[in-house]
Amino acid sequence: MAVKNFVVASFDDEAVLFPAVKKVRTAGYKIHDVYTPFPVHGLDHAMGLRETSLHTAGFIYGVCGTTTALSCMSWIFNSDWPLNIGGKPHFPLPAFIPITFELTVLFAAVGMVMTFCYLCNLMPGVKKHIFHPRQTDDLFVMVIEVTAKTNAEEVKALLAQAGGLEINEQRAEAGWWYGRFDQDDEATLYKNAETATVNA
Amino acid sequence: MHLKYESTLREPLVDGEKNYHQVTEDIISPIEGKPGKLWYVGFFISVALLLWGVFSVTWEVYYGTGVWNLNKTIGWGWDITNFVWWVGIGHAGTLISAILLLFRQGWRTGVNRAAEAMTIFAVMCAGQFPIFHMGRVWMAFFVLPYPNTRGPLWVNFNSPLLWDVFAISTYFTVSLLFWYSGLLPDFATVRDRAKTKLRKLLYGVASFGWTGSAKHWQRHEALSLVLAGLSTPLVLSVHTIVSFDFATSVIPGWHTTIFPPYFVAGAIFSGFAMVQTLLIIVRKVLSLEDYITMGHMEAMNKVIVLTGSVVGCAYLTELFMAWYAAVPYEFATFYKYRAAGPLGWSYWIMMTCNVITPQVFWFRKMRRNIVVTFVMSIIVNIGMWFERFVIICTSLYRDYLPSSWSYYRPSWPEVGFYMGTFGLFFTCFFLFAKYFPVIAVAEIKFVLKTTGESFKRDNMEKLEPLSDEQFAHDHAHHHDDHGHAGHAVAHAAHN
Repeated sequence: MAVKNFVVASFDDEAVLFPAVKKVRTAGYKIHDVYTPFPVHGLDHAMGLRETSLHTAGFIYGVCGTTTALSCMSWIFNSDWPLNIGGKPHFPLPAFIPITFELTVLFAAVGMVMTFCYLCNLMPGVKKHIFHPRQTDDLFVMVIEVTAKTNAEEVKALLAQAGGLEINEQRAEAGWWYGRFDQDDEATLYKNAETATVNA
Repeated sequence: MHLKYESTLREPLVDGEKNYHQVTEDIISPIEGKPGKLWYVGFFISVALLLWGVFSVTWEVYYGTGVWNLNKTIGWGWDITNFVWWVGIGHAGTLISAILLLFRQGWRTGVNRAAEAMTIFAVMCAGQFPIFHMGRVWMAFFVLPYPNTRGPLWVNFNSPLLWDVFAISTYFTVSLLFWYSGLLPDFATVRDRAKTKLRKLLYGVASFGWTGSAKHWQRHEALSLVLAGLSTPLVLSVHTIVSFDFATSVIPGWHTTIFPPYFVAGAIFSGFAMVQTLLIIVRKVLSLEDYITMGHMEAMNKVIVLTGSVVGCAYLTELFMAWYAAVPYEFATFYKYRAAGPLGWSYWIMMTCNVITPQVFWFRKMRRNIVVTFVMSIIVNIGMWFERFVIICTSLYRDYLPSSWSYYRPSWPEVGFYMGTFGLFFTCFFLFAKYFPVIAVAEIKFVLKTTGESFKRDNMEKLEPLSDEQFAHDHAHHHDDHGHAGHAVAHAAHN
């Protein structure tokens, strides 16, 4: 969690966005993020983002489900309370398959969704800074972090040249906080952040 | 892979001159307006039905399952019929959202959100029946395997009825997660354009703070794909396990290996019919004809005629096996007490509605006719209800001991219970249609530039600047490397 300065530019077409991303990266600026209303394929590669490992996590959760189901059922039927059910064996593997399968799917799905929410900081009550209200509608919003070394004017000129619209500077919280979207709590948030910095 | 161009022979999935903002406007604005008179009428009828259902069930719980017309011979009647029927209806939603995603069927984007909602509500309705069929419903938690003070008394993991508990609850959970993860970006869209404070607050909470970050979209895509991959075998397993409730028994008419595929095909059949019923109304009421087009209707009618014919083949196979197996009891069940006998009428309703009438969909004109589609969708669901009734009741009412033979008609609490689930289903669906984006907004935007009517036309008007080799190189190999529109520019930058 940190309050930072950003240069923000909007693009109204993916065809303009892609070369702009390339341009900004070649110029050596670090793109904080690009906000899009829908998944733009290849944007992650263009921005140089790492491939996600969410699938691997899903696989591991699935294996946990399989193991849980098989070990629990066989422990119950063989060791905890062996019961003679119609003379059937205590380890009837074919009869265990349906529940084993269901638990595999259940563990994988629930685990993945929870991991997804954790990684993306998604939860009811979580609030984040919205750089442009139309970033979930029809604009592709590129956000570049302004550090002590960055010349904000230069970045702005570069973005304007690359086809960016409504270019501006915003001071915003880069992470998330607990808040309500109907309340304008960002001003106090940044004030507190500043006081904290001064006190430190 | 995503195509740069799509053949003009394929009809557009989004009609009219649309841009991204127009898509948002078309789909989100019904949420922001006041509902019409028809909505209120429909909603209150649904709530009334729901309350009637609550009354009927309360009556049953108070006086016991004896108020139902079940008896020693017919232990499963309307309750289990309705359970299987509702679960089956749910299957179309998952088929559309998961299996068609894996098969890259673009037309699913227009209908998946509503179909998934239908799945969730249908499974909620289905679940009520086995729970209240238990009789002493306050002991329903006995089906959960946990270390308890009753022994510990564990559940029987060999029993298909217990497999059902796992299958239905997993199915419900996974469908809900799949549906809701898709809703997050759309809720954020509603939130960011909200004018009132209350709407901003509620959709802000519902959107979990989604922003549309590139990294989040990347993970979201991965999540959707894996959930689709998990849901595909899941949906097949669920109705397979439901069919095991019957197939693992020794009742003639139930004890058959054809049940799993036969049940799954029937489930998809009835589910698509229910999707048609709902969407024909939704597209009209919310003016979404540009997004749920005749092309969508036709595609679903093709699935209906296919699965209807699969089900028809299953019926004929059953009849053949009943004769060929030369088991007198099996033969009697099919030829004396199903196709004929006191409940024979239900068999012929099933045959007519499921096998004969859907054949009209071999004709393109019929597939693209709204009235025919709507009427057929109702007929198919009546037929599929009777299929479950036939399987359950006509196998039971003539058992091995002629002195136990009986007839079955439901009592009012059974009918009331069924009506109540309609109330539950439509109450949920009306709320969904009013407060949720009924079409996946982000997904429509994603396919807009390849399949939108105006974009398809514009794409055909200009000549492709790249040579054939370069085009093939760019669009056939590095398909994950660039966006689905403006590839040429993106790729030039890439190189």
